[in-house]
Amino acid sequence: MLEVRELSKSFGGLKAVDRASLDVKPGEIVGLIGPNGAGKTTLFAAIAGFHRPDAGTVVFEGKPITGLPPHRICAAGMVRTFQITQPFASISVRENIMVGAYHQTADRKRAMQEAESVAEMVGMTDQLDQRGADLTVAGRKRLELARALATGPRLLLLDEVMAGLNPTEIVEIVGVIKDIRQAGVTILLIEHVMQAVTSLAERVYVLNQGRMIAEGTPAAIADDPQVVEAYLGHGAAKVLRA
Amino acid sequence: MLDPAFLFAGILNGLLAGGIYVLVAVGLTLIYGVLHIINFAHGSLLMLAMYAVFWLWRLLGVDPYAALPVVIAGAFAFGFVLYRLLIGRYNHGRDENILLITLGLSIVFDNAALLFFGGDTQTIDVPYAGTFVEIGAAFLPLPKIISFVASLLICAALGLYMAWSDTGKAIRAVAKERQGARLVGIDVENIFAISYGIGIACLGAAACLLMPTYYVTPTSGHAFVLVAFTIVVLGGMGSFVGAAVGGFLIGITESLGGLFLGEQLGQIGISLIFILILLFKPTGLFGSKA
Amino acid sequence: MSRPLLLCALGLAAAIVYPLLVPNYLVNVGMLIFFTAFIGQSWNIAGGFAGQTSFGHVVFFGTGAYTSTILQVTYGWNPWLAWPVATAMGGVVGWMIAVLSFRAGLRGSYFALITLAFAEVFRILANSVSFTKGGLGMLIKADQRPINFQFKDPIWIYYLALLLCIVSLLVAWHLTRSRFGARLIAIRENEDAARALGIDVFAEKVKVLTLSGAMCAAGGTFYAQKYLYIDPWIAFGVDKSVEMLLVSMVGGAGTIFGPLIGSFTLMGINEVTRALASVVPAFKNVQPLSLVVYGIMLILIVARLPNGLMGLFARKPRNA
Repeated sequence: MLEVRELSKSFGGLKAVDRASLDVKPGEIVGLIGPNGAGKTTLFAAIAGFHRPDAGTVVFEGKPITGLPPHRICAAGMVRTFQITQPFASISVRENIMVGAYHQTADRKRAMQEAESVAEMVGMTDQLDQRGADLTVAGRKRLELARALATGPRLLLLDEVMAGLNPTEIVEIVGVIKDIRQAGVTILLIEHVMQAVTSLAERVYVLNQGRMIAEGTPAAIADDPQVVEAYLGHGAAKVLRA
Repeated sequence: MLDPAFLFAGILNGLLAGGIYVLVAVGLTLIYGVLHIINFAHGSLLMLAMYAVFWLWRLLGVDPYAALPVVIAGAFAFGFVLYRLLIGRYNHGRDENILLITLGLSIVFDNAALLFFGGDTQTIDVPYAGTFVEIGAAFLPLPKIISFVASLLICAALGLYMAWSDTGKAIRAVAKERQGARLVGIDVENIFAISYGIGIACLGAAACLLMPTYYVTPTSGHAFVLVAFTIVVLGGMGSFVGAAVGGFLIGITESLGGLFLGEQLGQIGISLIFILILLFKPTGLFGSKA
Repeated sequence: MSRPLLLCALGLAAAIVYPLLVPNYLVNVGMLIFFTAFIGQSWNIAGGFAGQTSFGHVVFFGTGAYTSTILQVTYGWNPWLAWPVATAMGGVVGWMIAVLSFRAGLRGSYFALITLAFAEVFRILANSVSFTKGGLGMLIKADQRPINFQFKDPIWIYYLALLLCIVSLLVAWHLTRSRFGARLIAIRENEDAARALGIDVFAEKVKVLTLSGAMCAAGGTFYAQKYLYIDPWIAFGVDKSVEMLLVSMVGGAGTIFGPLIGSFTLMGINEVTRALASVVPAFKNVQPLSLVVYGIMLILIVARLPNGLMGLFARKPRNA
């Protein structure tokens, strides 16, 4: 469904993403993990059209989309959310989600219905009339999810939807994400917390210093000495094994 | 048509005007560089300072040059208080907000001046106004030369102050990295107010240097505001060197524009430069980022 | 009938009856309120709804005023025919400025300042080139017949201003209920998020500035026909730009009725200061006094009341 090949992106002299490749197949939940500053968000931004990659290709459902602007990529059926939530602050949750829903229809009534059904799916029905600015962190994370979902994507790129949430909220949102996949949407998600990914993703990619260092099932990844070192520092794997 | 002597005189006149522009623009670019706000009231504050110089002369007989220390100090205090009471409190959220607030200030200042001082053009008669100096083929009024030299001296003094004094170092630290500055214990809000004060103090100095050869009306600020913005974007927002180079370039552009295109059409150069820079090179000549 | 609808109907009825009951001077004041609300709304569509604050909206106003006046005076067109052409010219200028500025990625304060510079360029040009008669300005020959877009009885120009105002309110109302409007608000609130949700931010911004420019230019023609004279300062001076911005900001940027409320308020202040000026001789200059008050209101509103005076009435979220 999504094929990323040898993608690179530098800022100044710094290689934020260095020849990273990944694949997502239809119906999967795929995790992208890595320590802080590994380049996960930059990779996302480059896939979703927010940064023009310096090199490499992105193919979505067989069509090359490398370097297309975000709205074209959204039209192709792939949407991203933001790690730092970006609600439309002065309008209601309903209107926030409708902005996404308008991507599918120009009709106000239908956009509103779509927004309400998406709100139900992510558990925001009670908050439909609240202003974007008045939401809690958990509410904002859900709103990010809802707005993206309302555009009717086939692939969702979720950037740390669980960061900043408490354990109960994490359990809830994990349920929501599973429901979304059940509804037929493929998901690629960035997570900083490995535990959250383990419970969701079938496959995991590990990015470190801009490079893809491992790929596999969550269990396999957790045993990979390279991954452990990336997270805990040089020599950590040896220490743990001892 | 293109008499070299004529051209030479035009360039010299432009350079002299540019000296004052540099001073005005340095204030604006300092405020932008440190506070990241666009001070739309800059022209109107200059106009107020010019009235201050005018009234000091009219009521107390103070020579504009002699008024320099007191007007500079007064302008600094005015800017400092204005920042503390108004600008600093609302300097957050969308960047247009502070632009709108400073627009509001300029509306208030311009019209308050019109209300209290009337719309008449006011000038100062100084005994040395009619003294000319001959340089090559150009006759230049002595006050313009004094202003030019004084303006550059003041800019140099400000540069030294920024480079060597503790406050200057703190200002530069805040301009570069305000979070970091806060962490090492710099009172950032205070530095903001001081920077705004210094920016306005530059206007005070410019007002003293302008008045012997220029005039003031309540709309005098308008003439300077777009010029000052143009200099600052031309030089690069926040860049001192840029403001200096930009000031001279704009002074010469204006002078030559007037020479070749006439008084009316000549003004178009400044607006066009402003537009072209923003469209095609928003970092300006010396700026690092827009 | 719902309550807001009832209020609108009552307001409309009052606006229709009003000029029949008051002397000509007050008819004229009413005309100015609706006219200012109209051009204010043209600003509001771009500045309020889409968040593209402009300091030089007068560039469109003057384009409209000069286009219809030149067509009429120099080429002998009928002003009614020149009106749509002038409106379209405003749209073209809006499109041009939008494409240039948004292509270059200008946002926020930079966009505001570049519009100001464009207005200055137009003002200087109008002041210098011969086909606008330079600084002398252009005079439209008085011939008070409706076919000439000139009216003997001020009531007709009043009703025309009212009609324009109603049209502008309908445009704004449409924005609150349409996909286009929702996208503009999304762009105002957060461009990156709007982009991620599939909105072609550049195209929408160009569209809205084209629409806004066309509306404002229509106002320019109206103004020229009412006063039968324009010059570079009237048509392209910064004062009108500020007026459009002020009525929207004071009334409530991004709300349907903001510009109308703002226009009412500012005209009210004008009349009060006029009365004050006749009592206190020190304030014999009315205009600056009311402008001082406007300036203070602008500062207070930006600082304290982001939804303007409309924010006092409705506690609901903006555009809800």
